[in-house]
Amino acid sequence: MSKKIEVKNLYKIFGSKPKLALKRLKEGWTKEKILKTTGQTVGVNNASFTVDEGEFFVIMGLSGSGKSTLIRCLNLLNRPTAGEILIDGEDIVKYDRQQLREFRQNKVAMVFQNFGLFTHRTVLGNVEYGLEIRNINKDKRKQIALEALESVGLKGWEDKMPTELSGGMQQRVGLARALANNPDILLMDEPFSALDPLIRRDMQIELLEIQSKLKKTIIFITHDINEAFKLGDRVAVMKDGKIVQQGTPEEILNNPSNEYIEDFVKSIDRTKVIKAKNIMKRPNALVSIKDGVRVAIREMQTNHISSVFVVGENMQLEGIVTIDDCVEAIKNKQSSLKALLRHDYYKTTEDEYIENLLENATKSRYPIVVVNDENKLLGIIVRTSILSGLLPYNSN
Amino acid sequence: MQVKLKKHSFPELIKFDPGMYIEALVDWLILNFQGFFDALTDVIKWIVFNIQDGLSFIPWFLFILLIFLLGWKLKSFQSGLGYAMMIMLIGLIGLWEDMIFTLAIVITSVILSIIIGIPIGIFSAYNQKLEALLKPLLDGMQTMPSFVYLIPAMIFFGLGTVPAVFATIVYSTPPCIRLTSLAIQRVPKEMREAAYAFGSSRWQALVKVELPQAMPTIMAGINQTTMLAMSMVVTSSMIGAKGLGENVIIAINRTDIAMGFNSGISIVFLAIIIDRLTQMISKKYEHV
Ligand SMILES: Nc1ncnc2c1ncn2[C@@H]1O[C@H](COP(=O)(O)OP(=O)(O)O)[C@@H](O)[C@H]1O
Ligand SMILES: [Mg+2]
Repeated sequence: MSKKIEVKNLYKIFGSKPKLALKRLKEGWTKEKILKTTGQTVGVNNASFTVDEGEFFVIMGLSGSGKSTLIRCLNLLNRPTAGEILIDGEDIVKYDRQQLREFRQNKVAMVFQNFGLFTHRTVLGNVEYGLEIRNINKDKRKQIALEALESVGLKGWEDKMPTELSGGMQQRVGLARALANNPDILLMDEPFSALDPLIRRDMQIELLEIQSKLKKTIIFITHDINEAFKLGDRVAVMKDGKIVQQGTPEEILNNPSNEYIEDFVKSIDRTKVIKAKNIMKRPNALVSIKDGVRVAIREMQTNHISSVFVVGENMQLEGIVTIDDCVEAIKNKQSSLKALLRHDYYKTTEDEYIENLLENATKSRYPIVVVNDENKLLGIIVRTSILSGLLPYNSN
Repeated sequence: MQVKLKKHSFPELIKFDPGMYIEALVDWLILNFQGFFDALTDVIKWIVFNIQDGLSFIPWFLFILLIFLLGWKLKSFQSGLGYAMMIMLIGLIGLWEDMIFTLAIVITSVILSIIIGIPIGIFSAYNQKLEALLKPLLDGMQTMPSFVYLIPAMIFFGLGTVPAVFATIVYSTPPCIRLTSLAIQRVPKEMREAAYAFGSSRWQALVKVELPQAMPTIMAGINQTTMLAMSMVVTSSMIGAKGLGENVIIAINRTDIAMGFNSGISIVFLAIIIDRLTQMISKKYEHV
C-alpha cells in the first residue's frame, strides 16, 4: 500500500498574528493561554499523520477540538499556518492558484455536515456541478451525474430540488456530487451528524459498501466514537487541536493513551465495536468427520463439554454432535458420526459485531461458530467470552 | 422673579465652509471633463428617447392588454384587470403621453442604476474597506435633499431629461448597491465553500452560486430602486423634465386642484403597477 496523504507538523492558527501565536505554541503555551494573551485561536496544533491509499481514516474529537479545521486544510479551504501536506508526494501548500484549482477538481471532493447543496439547482444540477466547473460537455456530465445518483440510490430524483428531499437523501446528493468527480480522496466533515440515528446507520453501511467497491481514500470526521470505530480502519483522536492518539479501533479501545480517550471509550457501546474475531477462540476440542463416535465421546469427556464441532478436510465445518446422541449411538451399535450431525447451531463471520450475536448467544445451546466464506471453521465463541468482551479494558 | 438667560452663540471667528470646496470641485470637473459630460448627456438622451419611441410605438389598447396579461400571468386575473383599469384611467384623464415620458425616464434610470449598482454591490460585498467607505456615501445620497444635487446636475448636463435621469440615479441606486452587497454576503458559508471545494474560480463561484443565491434579495433591491425612481418624478420636473411630474408643477403654480389630483393619482397608479409587477418578478427568483 502506498502513502496517499502525509501530513507533517501541521499548524493552523486563526487571527491577525498567527506567527506570534505559533512561536508561543512552540514554546509550550497552551491553547487557552494563547487565546487569553494574544487573542489568537489555535485550530490545529502540530498534527502529523499518514493515510494509505484506499484507507478509511477517521478523525474523532469533541466539538471545537479542531477536526474541521484540520480536514479543511487538506483541500486548502483553510491555509495552514505552518507544516506540510503531501498528497501523492506533492506539497499542496505550495500550489499556485491554478494548480490548486486543478487539485480540487481532480483529486479531492468534500462532503459537508449540513450538505452544502446549491438550493437553486436541481439534484442533477448539484451533482453535475464539479463536472460543469471542469467544462465537461453537457451530455457527458449528465450521464456521469445520473450514474453517481444511481450509485447512492437516488435514481429518479434528479429533477427534484434539494429542499424537497429528506436530510438523508440530501446527504446522498452531497455524496453523489462528490463521487461524480471521481476523486481519489473523499473528505467528509461530520457528514452524518445531522441525520437521525436510523438513517445514519443506513448511510454508514452504504458508505462502507461504496468504499469497498471504489477503494477511495477517505478522511472522515465524527464526534461519535461508535461511528468512528465502526467505519475507521484507523482512528485519530483530537483534543485542543492536537492529535492525542491514533491507531486501529482495537488498539485505541484496549490501550487508551490518556484520560481524555478513556472518557471517550467509556461512552462507547462495545457491542458495536468488538467483532467476532476479537473474542473468538480456537476450540479446545474438535473431531474429524472420519473419526468414530467413540473418539467424539472421549474428546468431550476430556474437555468436560457436552457437544463438539465436527470438521472435514481443511477444517470445513460439517456440523455438531452432542454427548447424548453419541451415547445413544453406541447403544445402537452405530459408529459413524455422519448420521448424528446436527445443524441447529448459529454460524457467523469474523467481522460480525457482537451486538448482533448477543441474542443468539443466549438462545443457542451450543457455542457460536465463526467461519469464513468457504465455510472453514475459524473459531468458536462461548457465552462467557461475549460477556467478558463487553467489560472495558480486558487485559490481554 | 426673573431670571435672565445669557444666550450663547457659536464664535464667528472660526469658520468652515465645506460647500466652497464642493463648488470648486464642480468647477474643476466642468473645466476638465466637459467633453465627458457632453458624451454622457448624449448617451442618456439616446437611451431615453429610444425607450420613449419604443413605448409610443405600442398602440394604447395593446399597451393596456399587455399590462393586463402581465398582471394576470404574474399574479392573478383580478390584479391584471385592476392594473389595466388604472392604466386606462390615466389615458382617460388625458395623461397618456406624459405617462409614456415618465416611464421612459424611470426605466432609463433604473437600468443605469442596476448597471452601476450591482457591480458596486458585488465589489463591496468582497471588500470591507470599500463597504465602509460606501456606507456614509450611500446614506448621504439618500438623505441629501435632491434639490441640492440638482444644481450641479444642471451645470453638468443642462436642463431637462438628462439631469433628471442623473438625479434619479443618485437617489435610487443606494438600495440596489446595499441589497446586492448584503445578498452576496449572506450566501450560506457552506454553499460558497462547496463551490470552491470543487475547484471553482472566483468568477465561476460568483456566477454559478453566489449570484443565483443572491437573486431574490437583489430583485428586492431593484424593486426598491424602481419605487425610489418613481418618487423622483416630480422633483425631476422642477429642472424641466417632461412627464407626469410636469403637470404637478404646473398645477401647483396655477393652484389647480383638479389638475393636481389628476396628475397625482396617475403617478400613484403607475407606481402601484410597477411596484406589484417588479415584486412578482422578484418572487419568481425565490428558492427556499
Ligand atoms: N474561521 C475561524 N476563525 C476563527 N476561529 C475559528 C475558525 N474556525 C474554527 N475556529 C476555532 O478553531 C477551533 C477548532 O474549531 P473546529 O475545527 O471547527 O472544531 P471541530 O470541527 O472539531 O468542532 C475552535 O476553537 C473554533 O472556535
Ligand atoms: Mg466541525
